[in-house]
Amino acid sequence: MKQVLLVNGKSQTVEIDPETPLLFVLADELHLNGPRFGCGMAQCGACTVMIGSQVVRSCVKPVGSVGREPITTLEGLGSPEKPHPIQQAFIEEGATQCGYCLSGVILTAKALLDAKPEATDEEIREALGGVLCRCFAHTRMLRAIRRYRDGRHA
Amino acid sequence: MTASRREFLKGAGALIVGLSSNLQAFAQEGQFGTHRSHVDPDKLDSWIAVNSDGTVTAFTGKCDLGQGIFTAQTQLIAEELCVPLHAVKLVQCDTDVTPDQGSTSGSQSTPTNFNVQDLALAAATAREALISMAAQQFGEDASRLTAIDGAVRSPSGRQITYARLVGAKKFSLPVNKRAKRRTPEEWTILGKPVPALDHAALMTGSFEFVQNVRVPGMLHGRVVRPPEMGAKLLSVDKVSVSDIPGLVSVVVRKDFVGVVAQTQFAAGQAARRLVCKWEPGPALPPQEKFFDHMQQQASHDELSVDSGDVAGGLEKAHRVLRARYTYPYQMHGSLGSSCAVADVKPDNAKVWSPTQSVYPTRNCIAMLLNMPPDSVRVIFVRGSGCYGLNGADAVSFDAAVLSQAVGKPVRLQYTRQDEMMWENFGNACVIEHRVGLDVDGSIVVWDRENWVANRGSRPGYDKPGNVISGMLLGYDPEPLRAAPAKAPTRKLRNGSNTVPEYVVGCAGGVCSGSGTVKSERVLTHTVASPFYTGPLRSPLRIQNTFANECFMDELAAAAGADPVEYRLRHLHDERVRGVLQAAAKAANWRTRSVQQKSASRSEEVTGRGLACVAYEGDNGYAALIADVAVNLQSGVVRPIKFTIAIDCGPISNPDGLRNQVEGGLLQGMSRSLVEEVTWNTKRVTSVDWEGYTSLRLDYEVPAIETIFVVPDNVSATGAGETSITVTPAAIGNAIFDATGVRLRHVPFTAASVLAAINNIHSGASSA
Repeated sequence: MKQVLLVNGKSQTVEIDPETPLLFVLADELHLNGPRFGCGMAQCGACTVMIGSQVVRSCVKPVGSVGREPITTLEGLGSPEKPHPIQQAFIEEGATQCGYCLSGVILTAKALLDAKPEATDEEIREALGGVLCRCFAHTRMLRAIRRYRDGRHA
Repeated sequence: MTASRREFLKGAGALIVGLSSNLQAFAQEGQFGTHRSHVDPDKLDSWIAVNSDGTVTAFTGKCDLGQGIFTAQTQLIAEELCVPLHAVKLVQCDTDVTPDQGSTSGSQSTPTNFNVQDLALAAATAREALISMAAQQFGEDASRLTAIDGAVRSPSGRQITYARLVGAKKFSLPVNKRAKRRTPEEWTILGKPVPALDHAALMTGSFEFVQNVRVPGMLHGRVVRPPEMGAKLLSVDKVSVSDIPGLVSVVVRKDFVGVVAQTQFAAGQAARRLVCKWEPGPALPPQEKFFDHMQQQASHDELSVDSGDVAGGLEKAHRVLRARYTYPYQMHGSLGSSCAVADVKPDNAKVWSPTQSVYPTRNCIAMLLNMPPDSVRVIFVRGSGCYGLNGADAVSFDAAVLSQAVGKPVRLQYTRQDEMMWENFGNACVIEHRVGLDVDGSIVVWDRENWVANRGSRPGYDKPGNVISGMLLGYDPEPLRAAPAKAPTRKLRNGSNTVPEYVVGCAGGVCSGSGTVKSERVLTHTVASPFYTGPLRSPLRIQNTFANECFMDELAAAAGADPVEYRLRHLHDERVRGVLQAAAKAANWRTRSVQQKSASRSEEVTGRGLACVAYEGDNGYAALIADVAVNLQSGVVRPIKFTIAIDCGPISNPDGLRNQVEGGLLQGMSRSLVEEVTWNTKRVTSVDWEGYTSLRLDYEVPAIETIFVVPDNVSATGAGETSITVTPAAIGNAIFDATGVRLRHVPFTAASVLAAINNIHSGASSA
């Protein structure tokens, strides 16, 4: 089936079984590196993307159910040359080790702070309750998220 | 010189020739167990090339898994060669172009490449060679010249760039074993908190993991693992999946089953639907009695130290204390399931692999494909954080086998269940202590016995059966040979931290322990494990240190002594003493002579615990003070603050080190509080993130204070594993301080803490 997806501001046409998880389309058809396979069961967050303003686990989202809503992946936020402010905050805090989890951590935090710019530390933690980082760079990640939150309202 | 090494240098205009291939000899010998590489580590050109534009390409056999060694090694090259950081291009772990440095493991990358050998020595050799070339050109004395910013300068103001001296030509020199390293006092790039060079790409999603490697014409594979441990394949019904669009092949070889398809979606469907018949394996020992089971097995025994007098010493001691500690199997549990891409052609193979061991993996793949090792190229591409031996090696073998079977490039990524059911777990351990005290409460005899459940491990150069895929393909794991221990005859190597810090550690006529207790025996029984095991971050060191340091706390409490003073009383090694004193000072440790047990039934009580380690005896030092709160109603343990002192010698990158220390502490906290592999009579049941608990990002992260202790004139040691090593014991000791209950099994789950608290409050013994 032909489907048109709006990914990181670009319209993309794919010929695909609509049951295919969105993750496989983004990774294998559109060659995006940001969302990555972790568990395939929406348990860890490594495959996180934004659809509209919502964070979605792309490993369990059939591509046929996406519609024309805009999809944003981690690389859709910014580039190494021009990172998004939340990515900049993570760079400044050195807030990662292996980096495999970053789509889940950064996009989940961004979606929360988009919806609730003055979210408390506790609300941030709560929002990240479904996200895993097995290198446990947690101290720096939470610092980076707070830096981004506070920087926007300084 | 191989074509690929030329490719690496072509763009930069360097020229390196003369690395001959030993392919013919290799094929004739048929030796897979050899370390032979065409990249000669004794030649300077194997490590360093100065390009015609003045940039430097360096080749290393130690790769970055997220621990920051890419940045630190780039700093090292820039520092030693006196070039700016951005002028260095570092090529990591590729069997066609980098020297064979074995595995990136065991906290060995820094000791190997940052002291006076290997990469550091090569860079120092190159700098000295460039200075001496300039001296010749200037007609001046080399000792008066300095290297700076990619050029050599003389006091008279003459200057010549590296590019003009050697650019695009080879050095044709051996690595000089006596080349002088720049000292920490001279450092301008090393020792600085240089931001990690990969962070911008990681944060913005453009970084290429092995999971993102895409080769033209690439197909997608999945493996179909046995349903239970020890099952053997009886039959495969290929027709059961013949209707799946895009399916290319069902691959069966001995007990190995896999599928290859045009897309991941089709491969996943085929793997789920393929009907296979398996002969069941033997029943697994029940989990609840597993530690007893371990102690009843035939074992391979090894004595690390034995003064020959512990039995008599225990009889004569004023007081004897005993305890048994147990530590469960735990998982690497990498966030991304393991992945590799293989392109196997009739006469050569290329494998993009997240392995920590490119050369050993190359040789094992050559065995599995029946090809000469020199015709296989393994290229490291970073995968999800690994912490030892996740599915990285196994998936590389599988991908190669699938690619060979279909004659096309194949990308294989495991499912979560493939990864967690079959990875090489951190070993389950039982540790028993028997210690005699004198009238003053000081230790006079320490008798220690431990049991380790082991199966497989790193495959090395010729043991693919040490991981699951090699076993399914017909290779057995290294066998366990039951044998009694021989008297220790060579100098103690305390690589697994079985020997407590507090004994003299005498073996082979040398006493190299860090402590004072002379009557000592440390006996290890290795037994067969029903599951694959391997080196999970701080392998055996975390298990042993948990048991040693908690028991040391028990001894101090029994002696009515302060835990810091009591440790210092039995330690002569200045570096262990140094971190202990530094941590105590930073945490404002208040001497206590009796354990301040709380009789309170208030909801939450707090306590403070301590642990220290001389990692592997002499590969890094750490002391940790943990402040924790324990909820007496729920049993939940909540660490509030970690104060840690670390001594790893001269520090290459303080920010990178801090990141490692913090991550180690929190990973250690997760392993202390919640992580444990579970199983039933047939199979591992903790095969996803519901079954295997890990701390997520929603807990209250404790404050962390890190203190670096850097003695003068010491070598660099490992640092990635010291902080995690002391975490379970420090938390366990803090729980004891807070509640009076002694927990001798990890993890300290809320249920186990609550049960122990209720036990002590109902008047039962805590032992």
